Amino acid sequence: MNAFSYRAPETLEEALTLLHEHGEDAKILAGGTALIIMMKQRLVLPDVLISLDRVRGLDFVAQEDGVLRLGGLLTHRAAELASPVRTRVPVLADTYHHVATIRIRNMATVAGSLAHADPNQDPPATLLALDAQVRLTSMQGQRDVALADFFTDYYETIMQPDELLTEVRVPLPQPHTGSAYCKFLPRSADDYATVGVAATVRVNPATGACEDCRIAMGSVGVTPLRAPAAENLLRGQQRTDALLQEAAAAAQQVTDPISDTRGSADYKRAMAGVFVRRALAQAWQQALASV
Amino acid sequence: MTQTIRMRVNGQEHMLEVPQQRLLLDCLRYDLGLTGAKEGCSIGVCGACSVLMDGKVVSSCLVLAAVADNKDIVTIEGLAQNGQLHPLQQAFIDHGGFQCGICTPGMIMAAKALLDDNPDPSEDEIKDWMLGNLCRCTGYYKIIESIQAAAGQMQGKETA
Repeated sequence: MNAFSYRAPETLEEALTLLHEHGEDAKILAGGTALIIMMKQRLVLPDVLISLDRVRGLDFVAQEDGVLRLGGLLTHRAAELASPVRTRVPVLADTYHHVATIRIRNMATVAGSLAHADPNQDPPATLLALDAQVRLTSMQGQRDVALADFFTDYYETIMQPDELLTEVRVPLPQPHTGSAYCKFLPRSADDYATVGVAATVRVNPATGACEDCRIAMGSVGVTPLRAPAAENLLRGQQRTDALLQEAAAAAQQVTDPISDTRGSADYKRAMAGVFVRRALAQAWQQALASV
Repeated sequence: MTQTIRMRVNGQEHMLEVPQQRLLLDCLRYDLGLTGAKEGCSIGVCGACSVLMDGKVVSSCLVLAAVADNKDIVTIEGLAQNGQLHPLQQAFIDHGGFQCGICTPGMIMAAKALLDDNPDPSEDEIKDWMLGNLCRCTGYYKIIESIQAAAGQMQGKETA
């Protein structure tokens, strides 16, 4: 690894000051499970490394006004085990549980994985399907941004060099909502998915028809992708196999995967269809079971 | 640039002056001579470098020594007490979990973290927890049996 200046601020304010001072020359180190690899490979060469290891108070889990708030420095493992996450948004606990290995989950943070913006990760898809927001904080103040507007390209986001992702905000699902995250892992259990699909479906308790839904896919584009046309097909409709097929085909239209060791582009697109169907079927079933 | 770090490793306090880009794994192996943790993949996938940091199993190849400052580290060298092997170490020998040996320190540290967290894991729980520790001898069943035996013994149960 190349040399850098290591800074370990004690407070968020100090961290933001350092970030303001060093901007693009600095990188934030949270869990480090992605950044350290990129630094070893010399893909990222920061002059200043700002470690958040000593910053306290950013690993909270709270519920407030219908929003589940996750502090940016909460680890995947802590998020997976936190009782409000398990009871109120179980699909999110399940998604964090299926990230990589226990060693990675013990270190990787909820903010770090989003700021890293690798489209092959699991949590972004689920958080997109949950309509989550991220809170970006700088010395100038803070802004909340929909995750749907956050990712711009491979490893790229709308974050400014002086901003820190301090909180993930997840609206608590409305009654009669089901959700699922389905991850296709043809190689090993700790691998990135060939495709990962998250879906939420809210049903009309009287009719069982879909009132609202969201579909998000990972590993099949330069960012995690929503499938709005597929979602529109489902709203107001009763569940049938033909409808799920149609929605899966519409979702496939927005994918633009690359061929790699996890499958050819064609194969990934085909599997995206299969997994959209499965995730929708599971989410819809769960919603109906809640009626 | 160097950094002064204090670490408690296997119960012993150390104060070290290390380059800021020093990894915990290299610090353990080269600065402290604790060569149990191995460098396998260098990208946090294989598990050969697993150690406990403040009780949690981590890939020491992905942790800066600077981040381990003021933390408590346990490596495979810290498990045996007064010349007596830890039940996991003994079980790996008795049940064939110890094969070529490269993955063993990482396997045992990951298994220790599991049993600290869940003293009586099911076979599925063991598989789920251990899936990130790779064994190129592919002796996974023996490793699972070793962990089950150690769990039984640590709970005072009869072992097979």
